[in-house]
Amino acid sequence: MKLTLHIWRQKDAQDKGGMVRYEVDGVSEHSSFLEMLDVLNDGLIEKGQDPVAFDSDCREGICGMCSLVINGRPHGPWTATTVCQLHMRAYRDGDTIYIEPWRAKSFPVLKDLIVDRSSFDRIQQAGGYVSVNTGNAVDANCLPIGKPAADQAFDAAHCIGCGACVAACKNASAMLFVSAKVGQFAVLPQGQTERKERVLSMVEQMDKEGFGNCTNQYECEAACPKEISADFMRMMNLDYFKSSATTS
Amino acid sequence: MSGLTRCLGSSIGRKGLMGITGILLSLFLIAHLIGNLLVFAGQDAVNHYAHALKANAALLWFMRGGLFLVFATHVYLALSLTAENRRARPVKYVQEHTQVASLASRTMVLTGLLVLAYLIFHLLHLTKGVIGHEAWSSKLPDGSQDVYTMVVLGFKSPILSGVYLVSMALLYLHLSHGLKSFWQSLGWNHPVYRPLFEKIGTGLAAILVIGFASIPLTILLGVIQLPGGGN
Repeated sequence: MKLTLHIWRQKDAQDKGGMVRYEVDGVSEHSSFLEMLDVLNDGLIEKGQDPVAFDSDCREGICGMCSLVINGRPHGPWTATTVCQLHMRAYRDGDTIYIEPWRAKSFPVLKDLIVDRSSFDRIQQAGGYVSVNTGNAVDANCLPIGKPAADQAFDAAHCIGCGACVAACKNASAMLFVSAKVGQFAVLPQGQTERKERVLSMVEQMDKEGFGNCTNQYECEAACPKEISADFMRMMNLDYFKSSATTS
Repeated sequence: MSGLTRCLGSSIGRKGLMGITGILLSLFLIAHLIGNLLVFAGQDAVNHYAHALKANAALLWFMRGGLFLVFATHVYLALSLTAENRRARPVKYVQEHTQVASLASRTMVLTGLLVLAYLIFHLLHLTKGVIGHEAWSSKLPDGSQDVYTMVVLGFKSPILSGVYLVSMALLYLHLSHGLKSFWQSLGWNHPVYRPLFEKIGTGLAAILVIGFASIPLTILLGVIQLPGGGN
């Protein structure tokens, strides 16, 4: 199939950047979206032009690296799907596709479609962990955890930290990401020791990074490739109030 | 830093305060509507209520002061949070797409500011009498203000009634998101109760706005008439 692409090109973090139009021909409907971009880049390299820079790593939907806003939707038109798992059968011959990077002050563009997501790393470092003594692995099931709690923690732990929630949010808020990282420990016994400090520190870091404020529109939940529930944000709100009220 | 200071400085804390001030303003609206609906009970009922309100000046001004404080906090938080939200995305998308965000949720600041403009108009009209002074000056035989006649005369103007009806539509948009949203902001929106809470939010918004709008509508349609049935 033949496609018209409008892609955000930006030389470096200082460059103003802008949309550039490309035509790409001979795209197989069986190829993934990223493979389609690979085809485009092969053509650009052959012509001696700078290929389009974009992030990708595992290409099997679990690493959270790919980060394209396609026709206004982070990760494209399919629900619960990362860009690398989006296939070109989602499009028709002759389609026009707009490809942009995640847009947020806290995710500055480094080049073309690649953004710096180290703000997420700093939020994680502020408290997104449990402190345990290393050594021998503990016996299985020595800590009884109920099935609902285990399921809930697992649902939150699905978050791959791709940042689609920020990209989709009308306010570039990171609430869904932070709530998943808080929520994955909040119901587990291992998470209780640092529970209060965790939610307070991670929210403080989230605010410091300059993300926007949640207005409960749930665009994040709709865009999340791992279907993280907006209920984790509700839980984090409550956890934050309780922890604030009982911490000096 | 105390927990409260930290909380009120955070994004979550300020959103929570938005919710709490929103609840307080909605409670005021409920009380206001109950008072207003006395128009349907006739001239004596609404005048008695209005005079009783004004009789206790200290309580009235205490309530007005509290209401102003709550309102000012709500508006200040809305504007400061919105300014932060705009700064958080300095470069807009070329292709903007909305999946689930409702029109009401996307226009909260606009509808909020228009409701604020309406509120100023409303105070100049029915509280201060700067707009529609003739109707506002209606007096009872004992020389006190005839609130019933003021309201009926005032809303006989299709333009004035029109301003109120349009404003109520805007208020509905604002409340239909706000009264669903605060449950989530305060962490009360548990999935078990969410469908109920959302129905309460939308239902209360509709009841309030239909209730308020019923007064200019029934006056325009001639259902409520001046004392003695005059037009």
